[in-house]
Amino acid sequence: MHNLILKAKELLENKIVSVIIGFETGSSGKVRPVFITDSNKADSLIFDERCIQNLAVYLTKKEVKQFGKMGIVATLPIMRSIMVLISEQQLSPENVVVLGISGDGEVLDFADITVMQHYIEKCELGNPAKEQDMLATLNRLNMQEKFEFWQKEFSKCIKCYACRQSCPMCYCTRCAVECNQPQWIPVQSNNLGNMEWHILRAMHLAGRCISCGECGRACPVGIPCHLLTMHLVDQAQSYFGVYAGISDKMSSVLSTYAPNDKESFII
Amino acid sequence: MAKLYAKLSEDRKIYAPVEASDKKVNYQYNPDFKDVTFDHLQSTLSVKNVVFPKVENLFYFTNSKTESSVTDIDLDKIPEVVLWGAHPCDTAAYDVLRSIFCWDIKDEFFAKRLEKLTVVGLACSTSDAYCFCTSVGISPDAVKGSDILLLKLENGDYKVSIITEKGKAILEQSPDLFESYNNEAEIVATVKQRFDYKQVTEHLKDSFENPFWVNNSLRCVGCGACAYVCPTCACFDIQDEAQGSYGRRYRSWDSCGFGLFTLHTSGHNPREVQSQRWRQRVMHKFSYMPERNESLGCVGCGRCSRACPVDMNIAEQLEVLQSI
Ligand code: SF4
Ligand code: SF4
Ligand code: SF4
Ligand code: SF4
Ligand code: SF4
Repeated sequence: MHNLILKAKELLENKIVSVIIGFETGSSGKVRPVFITDSNKADSLIFDERCIQNLAVYLTKKEVKQFGKMGIVATLPIMRSIMVLISEQQLSPENVVVLGISGDGEVLDFADITVMQHYIEKCELGNPAKEQDMLATLNRLNMQEKFEFWQKEFSKCIKCYACRQSCPMCYCTRCAVECNQPQWIPVQSNNLGNMEWHILRAMHLAGRCISCGECGRACPVGIPCHLLTMHLVDQAQSYFGVYAGISDKMSSVLSTYAPNDKESFII
Repeated sequence: MAKLYAKLSEDRKIYAPVEASDKKVNYQYNPDFKDVTFDHLQSTLSVKNVVFPKVENLFYFTNSKTESSVTDIDLDKIPEVVLWGAHPCDTAAYDVLRSIFCWDIKDEFFAKRLEKLTVVGLACSTSDAYCFCTSVGISPDAVKGSDILLLKLENGDYKVSIITEKGKAILEQSPDLFESYNNEAEIVATVKQRFDYKQVTEHLKDSFENPFWVNNSLRCVGCGACAYVCPTCACFDIQDEAQGSYGRRYRSWDSCGFGLFTLHTSGHNPREVQSQRWRQRVMHKFSYMPERNESLGCVGCGRCSRACPVDMNIAEQLEVLQSI
């Protein structure tokens, strides 16, 4: 933590960045995001095992970008989100400085994005163990049972879109659910509307999801919607042999074509 | 209690709190009495959907080459409902909703649902750090909005207060289910008062341009969680949905936190960034509503702060605003 604060102060004092996006302890004891523009306030920065929110979501927000160059405290999922955002031209590498945090909580010094890429390449990139277990349990169900599981979960959905808003890869200023000419999916939160929303969201994140789990954590009613996108992480891996967010130049598997792509999923 | 529950559900739908396997509590229609919880702190969603459902059909229409017609909803088909075990903040919220939906023009859907509703309130025996009812003029044993109020006693019984005519009717319907109160001690939660809402309202009058809003809302991601779990948020969207020539118009919950909420057709958005949306949320509840509806727009249930993915704690912010 000490190193993190020192590093943040250095970046702010030397005007290398205008803002540091990190974590602080809120008044109720919960950990929450903080935006530090004054190096004297950098002492409130913390990092511990509770700091799991995917802060990369702020890198595309207008009011945060307004500050200028952004420094961000980044765990592996945040680093990978940054890679996706750069490769999708949502973030310019010149506009961000990454204060990496290793799996053991050590501060990592990345000279540039390429160095960060080498770090990512050495990491375990699959879904987290807990979600792997949950997915394995779900995948043992037959089609009908799976459908029932999700129908029951989606019946709780209120379409508050906290799942979407907290995912760095859902950066669209006008989401497909907000288009009404034509209206792609029903606006209302009913069985059909909820199901269509979740299929749409999952498909838009197929091959782009970096397994941070933020969407599921954000859901106020406890729908494990991250399992849908994480399932597609496995699918993208098994069909195309790639994980998202490992390079600043890759394009997402579903928007590119290679002659040797497996096509067995086409019915 | 089981007998009263059974009696009330004889000729009406009953809407009562049930704890799910993930420990989240939510209200359901007609659950078994054995599944109904009495000690829950708060349900995740409020009970506003009894009077303001997340989707309300407004009318049906047909529109073909040869004819167009509109069929109204038969409001008399709206069922009688007993809301069972709602906490005082939630029952008080019905007054807030009434001040919005029946402000100048009476919203007939809302009014009919409220008319058909009987409320069995349940005073709170527990609270948590997010509850702040006492800061907005409510208390854990307040009767506002309840027809009868249950209050837990130390011997495990419940004291029943009859508040309204509807409540009296319940007593008269089954007098044998009640016995006289023997002064047993009551168990009521204590909720510390955190701010003076009158002062907040006063200070908000000239805080529109205060940097407070930007500084305290950068982390808000602009979802609808706070508004959708809130018992008093009343904004809605109106949409048409048709299959072929037959369709319906409905309204569904909306939220001032969404980026497109105030987007004009011209492309201009008067609330362009999140800080303006967060300011709107607080201003609406603590400044505009007291001014125009003579009612605060918040009952201090704390749901928005429990649900927020980024810990936007409204009570904490109001504490600061009181002395800004
Ligand atoms: S956060 Fe949960 S309730 Fe909200 S839209 Fe997503 S799945 Fe539905
Ligand atoms: S669901 Fe799709 S359209 Fe909507 S924000 Fe996410 S990626 Fe964009
Ligand atoms: S786990 Fe959810 S929030 Fe995280 S990248 Fe995947 S879809 Fe987005
Ligand atoms: S604003 Fe928050 S605390 Fe106030 S009534 Fe709504 S959900 Fe409850
Ligand atoms: S305050 Fe929290 S719940 Fe409300 S819109 Fe912002 S992030 Fe979502």
